[in-house]
Amino acid sequence: MTIIFQTDKLTKSFYGITAVNEVSIEVKKGEISGLIGQNGAGKSTLMNLIGGVVHPDEGQMRFHDSAYAPRNPSDAYNAGIAFIHQELNLFTNLSIAENIFVDNFPTRGFGPFQFIDRKKLNDNVRDILQQVGLDIDPKTTVEEISPGERQLVEIAKALYLDAELIIFDEPTTSLTARETGRLFEIMKQLRDEGKAIIFISHILKDVIALADTVAVMRDGVLMAQEAVENFDINRMINLMVGRQLEQLYPPKTTQPTEIPLLTVKDISAKGIVKDINFMLHRGEVLGLFGLMGSGRTELARIIYGLDDYDRGNIVIGEKHSRKHSARDSIKNGVAFVTENRREEGLLMSINIADNIALVRLPRFTNTPLQIVDGKRLSGAAQRAASVLQLKSGDINTQTAKALSGGNQQKVVIAKWLLSEPRVFLMDEPTRGIDVGAKYEIYAIIDQLAASGSGVLVISSELEELIGICDRILVMNQGEIVGEFLPDEFSEDLILRAAFREHEQVGAPA
Amino acid sequence: MKQLYENRYYNFVINNATAILFVIIFAFFALTARNFFSTDNVLSIIKNASFVGMLAVGMTFVLLTAGIDLSVGSNMYLSAVVAGLLMRAFEIPVGMGLLIAVGVGALYGAFNAFCVVKLKIIPFMVTLATLVMGRGIGTFLTESEQVDFPERVNAFGQLRFIEIPMPVIVFLLILIAAVIILRFTPLGRQIYAVGNDPEAAKKAGINTDLVISSVYIISGICAGLAGFILASQVMRVDRSFGEQYEFDAIAAAVLAGTSLFGGRGSAIGAVFGAILLQMVETGLVFRNVNLYLQPMVKAVVIFIAVFVDSLRTANLARLRRRFIRSDEDET
Repeated sequence: MTIIFQTDKLTKSFYGITAVNEVSIEVKKGEISGLIGQNGAGKSTLMNLIGGVVHPDEGQMRFHDSAYAPRNPSDAYNAGIAFIHQELNLFTNLSIAENIFVDNFPTRGFGPFQFIDRKKLNDNVRDILQQVGLDIDPKTTVEEISPGERQLVEIAKALYLDAELIIFDEPTTSLTARETGRLFEIMKQLRDEGKAIIFISHILKDVIALADTVAVMRDGVLMAQEAVENFDINRMINLMVGRQLEQLYPPKTTQPTEIPLLTVKDISAKGIVKDINFMLHRGEVLGLFGLMGSGRTELARIIYGLDDYDRGNIVIGEKHSRKHSARDSIKNGVAFVTENRREEGLLMSINIADNIALVRLPRFTNTPLQIVDGKRLSGAAQRAASVLQLKSGDINTQTAKALSGGNQQKVVIAKWLLSEPRVFLMDEPTRGIDVGAKYEIYAIIDQLAASGSGVLVISSELEELIGICDRILVMNQGEIVGEFLPDEFSEDLILRAAFREHEQVGAPA
Repeated sequence: MKQLYENRYYNFVINNATAILFVIIFAFFALTARNFFSTDNVLSIIKNASFVGMLAVGMTFVLLTAGIDLSVGSNMYLSAVVAGLLMRAFEIPVGMGLLIAVGVGALYGAFNAFCVVKLKIIPFMVTLATLVMGRGIGTFLTESEQVDFPERVNAFGQLRFIEIPMPVIVFLLILIAAVIILRFTPLGRQIYAVGNDPEAAKKAGINTDLVISSVYIISGICAGLAGFILASQVMRVDRSFGEQYEFDAIAAAVLAGTSLFGGRGSAIGAVFGAILLQMVETGLVFRNVNLYLQPMVKAVVIFIAVFVDSLRTANLARLRRRFIRSDEDET
């Protein structure tokens, strides 16, 4: 088979962190190339490089025997590379046919009066839909069709654009079993017609069943790219895990108690999570591990009171609450350090002191006029900042924007410290911050536990959870599928649980 | 447990709220107000609704892209002022005057578009500024005095076509043009696409700047037309001409189910919205409701409509929620 696409020592760093490191992969015509790796291994960055979303620092790409350097996503499309994303790019208010031809409607008319040729449009689309086995009227609005059918519409669009390389980025996450089966049939059919396909998935069984070659990435490096026959699930996981724990984590200074701070009982929300049960204790650092889309963040949002749930019970301390709001949670001593600190946690153009004081602003007011007492506020903020060893200029004038990622995260934590919470929900607290700052965050988490709080840490970096947690829960598809105590901590076992491959080694949960 | 948003009847009601409201209000006035349900009165309601209706059709284009045009009332005023002044000064024919008003309206819209697309100022602020600016230019040109339209315009204003008054004809023409553009041209479908997801629209290769510019220009053209036609009825343009029409236009569009969040709505809906508002106004007069109470009743109608819009949007958000598990599989 001929190589249709290849990268040569492709490298890309963000803020000093190398996301893709000298990666050279090959994709052949008429083959499905599987691509696997943990979250943060660099798969998405690699795909963004191919798709023209970001640009390489070093290295080249070749497509069809000529240099390929897309400046933006439409360059990639025009060159013949199509993406089927997990999050689809369809206009839900338009029909299937309109979606496929949205930038290039067939028209007829005279002079400047050009009208859409509906008949031609729908006939063309009917043909394309037939190729992907979608037997739906092209006039149907996209919002009326299921996620699986939407995916097929995206594929139909790729076919219409005559794409030679089609990249499927975790295409099955929102599909039913039947839809997944149909998708795989179509992928095989496309391969047999000579298209090149890159298939990214967290479901290793699917990769083995479908792919002709498999590429494994870890920490931005391509660990292997070989024929699928050379892999079994064990080897895949070993290649994805790697790396030994070094002095990356501060020593633990405390032990968890038996006193529950947060009890989650039988929580279910349709389509999101199912039968979630666990307790968070005083002094405990509890890890919640799962792959992207496993429902970790969604669960945290439910516990904090941002989203609804259908069944179950959440008990914070002694307080039962059927439906609670985020405000109730703050009052009950729950803090939520969010995944996107830039978007949700911090007001970037406001000074650090105000950011810290935000949650507890009412506390710094003078009765009865409720005017904020600036002096008291900045004093308290200053104390919180120094407890966390925040490295910044004057906290009353410097804006949050000007801080490094790690220090921004400290501001978020400092903000919550003022309300003296007992339960911390931390979603990816170390995402995008450098190793040194990570260490400090870990130390802060340890201190919080030592001072009697309970900390729930959500992370996609398994080793960090192993490094700092007293216990780790594993989620998959909205369910808790495993619970591990320190003597059972092993990246291998936990990762198997997260991939639901644990039946092969005996279920640990 | 079945959720409210999965209930068929609930969905039917909130998806057709305006039509239901329309029928109820019409039936109420027809049954309780003498002479309300007469050809003359119905025609007069439609005629009086046609000015706001024209604006509402233009506004629908803007709202479809999740923008807003607060300047249409001032645009009406300025277009009518310029056309009136020129017609008086140069004895130009009525048709030319109409074209001038439309041209001024289009330029006004183009300026809004420039600020939104090139200067990247949010539509609300842009059109709030041009709302003040347009009326300012108008009062400067007229030194705040009213502009009397020349007598020959009156003949044009009173034209009828098989008993249908001229404003209603123009309104119908605008409506037909709008429906054709929105339904049957690439531009129309791309307007819906941009409103649904501007990022995806860019990725799909749509020239989003061009699409967004076009909606403000279309809204401007509608305002210019509405200004000239209204002036041809009242024959003079004073300082308060077209004032606060933007609110009725937005209300009419939203009443008919055009979402302020973009991507949803239709030109025909705007017509119903405009007629509904006018119907309430006329009906209250027929019922001899206290003059000072009337704005409050109108406010309640608008409030109900906007509230339903938010219910509808919340519903859509639920339907679009990304699911992690396929629970419907487990039966």
